[in-house]
Amino acid sequence: MDELINDFIAETRDMAQALSGAIVAWEAHPGDRERLDEIFRFVHTVKGNCGFFDLPRLELLSHAAEGALAEVRAGSRAADPALVSAVLGVIDRIGELVQALESGESLASEDDAPLIAALAKDVPAAEQPLAPAAPDPESRKSVRSIRLSVDLLDRMMNGVSDAVLARNELARRLRDAPRDVAVEAAFERVSACIAEIRDSITRTRMQRIDSLFAGLPRLVRDLSAELGKQVRLETDGGDVELDREMIEMIRDPLTHIVRNAIDHGIEAPDERAAAGKPKAGMLKVSARQAGNQILIEVADDGRGIDGEALVRKARAAGLVSAEQAEKLTPAQKTALVFAPGLSTAGEVTAISGRGVGMDVVRANIERIGGVVDVDSRAALGVRLAIRVPLTLTIIPALTVSVNGQCFAIPRSAIDEILRVGGGAVRVDAVGEAEIATVRGRRVPLIGLAELLGVDSHVARDQQKLILLKPAGGDAFALLVDSVHDHEELVVKPAAPAVMAAGLYAGTTLADDGRPILLLDPSGLAKCAGIRFEEDGNCLDLAAEADKAEAARRETNLLLFRGLDGRRRAVPVAVVERIEDVAAEAVGFSAGRLRAAVGERILPLAGCDAAPTEGKLRILRLTDGSAEIAYGFAEVVDIRSLEVELQPAPAPGEVAGVFLVDGAQIELLDPYWLFAAHAGAACAEDWNPPVCALPVGDPWIDTILRPLIESLGYRIAAAGDAADVVIALEDEDAPADAQVVRLRAAATGESGIYRYDRAALIGALTSARERANG
Amino acid sequence: MADLLLIARLAGRRIAFPAAEVEAVVELEGVTPAPRAAPHVAGLSALRSRVLTVIDGLAALEAGRSGRAGRDAIVILSGGHTYALMVEEVEDVIEAGAPPHPLNAPLGAGWDRVAIGTVEAEGELYLLVDPHALIAGPAARAA
Repeated sequence: MDELINDFIAETRDMAQALSGAIVAWEAHPGDRERLDEIFRFVHTVKGNCGFFDLPRLELLSHAAEGALAEVRAGSRAADPALVSAVLGVIDRIGELVQALESGESLASEDDAPLIAALAKDVPAAEQPLAPAAPDPESRKSVRSIRLSVDLLDRMMNGVSDAVLARNELARRLRDAPRDVAVEAAFERVSACIAEIRDSITRTRMQRIDSLFAGLPRLVRDLSAELGKQVRLETDGGDVELDREMIEMIRDPLTHIVRNAIDHGIEAPDERAAAGKPKAGMLKVSARQAGNQILIEVADDGRGIDGEALVRKARAAGLVSAEQAEKLTPAQKTALVFAPGLSTAGEVTAISGRGVGMDVVRANIERIGGVVDVDSRAALGVRLAIRVPLTLTIIPALTVSVNGQCFAIPRSAIDEILRVGGGAVRVDAVGEAEIATVRGRRVPLIGLAELLGVDSHVARDQQKLILLKPAGGDAFALLVDSVHDHEELVVKPAAPAVMAAGLYAGTTLADDGRPILLLDPSGLAKCAGIRFEEDGNCLDLAAEADKAEAARRETNLLLFRGLDGRRRAVPVAVVERIEDVAAEAVGFSAGRLRAAVGERILPLAGCDAAPTEGKLRILRLTDGSAEIAYGFAEVVDIRSLEVELQPAPAPGEVAGVFLVDGAQIELLDPYWLFAAHAGAACAEDWNPPVCALPVGDPWIDTILRPLIESLGYRIAAAGDAADVVIALEDEDAPADAQVVRLRAAATGESGIYRYDRAALIGALTSARERANG
Repeated sequence: MADLLLIARLAGRRIAFPAAEVEAVVELEGVTPAPRAAPHVAGLSALRSRVLTVIDGLAALEAGRSGRAGRDAIVILSGGHTYALMVEEVEDVIEAGAPPHPLNAPLGAGWDRVAIGTVEAEGELYLLVDPHALIAGPAARAA
């Protein structure tokens, strides 16, 4: 907090100094709009800041001045000399107060009321207070700090880097030359000096992360006001130091995350109260140093990220397949928030949520060698953790080479370094791909030489294998010719034409002055075709390669447990998807068991009776045109197997039985299933029966309609021809239609009691049969 | 004062660059390749402690590739990065006789993209080339 106050003081003092010219100019030309705006911005900023610091006197003063100036800006008040001097009086007082704050003495005890009163309209000139006496120069605390432009710092840094390179060059020459003790001693001294200068200049680049947090209170206040939410902000760890440039790189992502948290995470006060939470949401932003990384956490206690909604959007956007979506863990679902083009916001708001957001945040953080993790608990909140290296410019890295060329790999991404020829690693060729097995862990193997399109001159068993765990992805192994050294490298961004390769994170210079490219582990994985985000499964390559090989002699089978508890299998090729249907959507209608799935009714096999409650899991099987549903209990596995089938004695649902891991598995016979279930049924499946409902009755709309729809009927739009018409007892119905009448009373004569489900379904079914017949 | 022009030879032609855009002329010693970078990037080199992205002038014109041997290169700052633009030879720096003229005839695919106009200097007519367009390379045309 002290640091923040100091920043505020320094900033206000600087601004007041810069403003003195403007004030004088404004005094001479009160109509000068530009000057007026400048002064207005000053008091506005002071007001904003001191609200945060709890400095009521400053706030009152700046608020009053802001109000008066706003009137002038709006044109409702002329900038007469009386107003000008009143504003000047206030600005001078602000300067005094700030100085008092700075030197730590008690605030000047003068009353501010006259100053504020002088700002009011129509104050007689005589009542204007005199401008306060010039502050006593003695009380000015001497400040041992100056402001430098980052440009200048960069130039110093470059100069030192040049000096280091020159020193290295000199060192090489000295090694080759005949030894001279005096020269060597002098060289050592120069070396030490350069190292020291490099150190202190590196330190000048460091800045407390406070400067990043300083803008948050304002942001939070403005946003929560705009959204009608209450948010309490807590910041912690502002004294952590970070590279200045790094702070600038994190500023936007952090702002974005905070915006998201307030906009999407924290609920409106009413909603919070209803959920039993305090009305004001809590937003915690903290920073701490962990080794050579800085961890910045943003945690809120809002509604959390809706993983299912993300999956739905990802499915709709074609980012994951149904099969992949089925297998996602909750953490992987949440991580979809970083997938490009997804946003959980139901609608786009002005604050955030245009679908460009978290993916950009992650890209920006990764660009500076950082990692973003998200952890979400439904209804409890979201915790986002950003981990970035201490400095942007110096990255600990490992240098490796292929084909004689050096590359660097950020050490943060490296798990382990292994020798291919050693016993710890097994490399298997699987289809076109290779898989490395390290102590039972299977990871895809990428040859750096192949990826870069160069030749490797080192025998395979002499090559080194580096296990990489890139930011936000799963592990893979990188094959290189040789591993050289751990080095601290000064990394600079590479030119766009080089970055376009997607493989590099930046460039750096080796000690001998040659450029080295810094490899980007997640970029390598992407280029090699390993997908992470979609399913978080690093065995993707393996699975694909497996399939290629297996296709020759094995069948890919879905193993599942049937509703009767038996283990069965069905070829994956006929499984369209796996779905849950509500028990109400399953019914015995038109002579057989059917399930309503979405807009269609599918013949249901695999179970004898409709479930009474809960959900039924179904396999949607397809033969390319017709579809049937097959009820089952749970998926056991998906396996590629060589099937040695013991055929069933007679054709039926089960083609035969075979052994998997010593257990008997029944193999379904898709041909029989489709012949028996889809053969007769497909015609009507493609055209759901149409049911007309009375219009404008709330009971019909909210209670009956879902039931009818769940039975597989399409509700007729106005004017549609309907197979069946449902009418209330006192209502007219078309004479030529099959009408089912409902009555409200439990006893009665006409129609069907409206809560008699069985009778209603029966009546509908027979009405439809009559309509079709 | 008249504009200064840097006269260089590229793809067998004598062309002019606005000298104000040129930071230095260097002789490249050793270029580190940058595999899979854009095709007109010859690699990386270093100028003191700065990394230079080496642009192959010929490839930028889609007129083939330059060889590897020690070549003259023009150092240019573009978009915050420092580039070394490889040419066949840097000849001279001369004063432009008159302001450049816009082009009125097509020059061929690669040249059209990088040409600013024609400029007269010391009695000869040169093609004035925008070094930034050369650096942007063939891909920029699509954008």
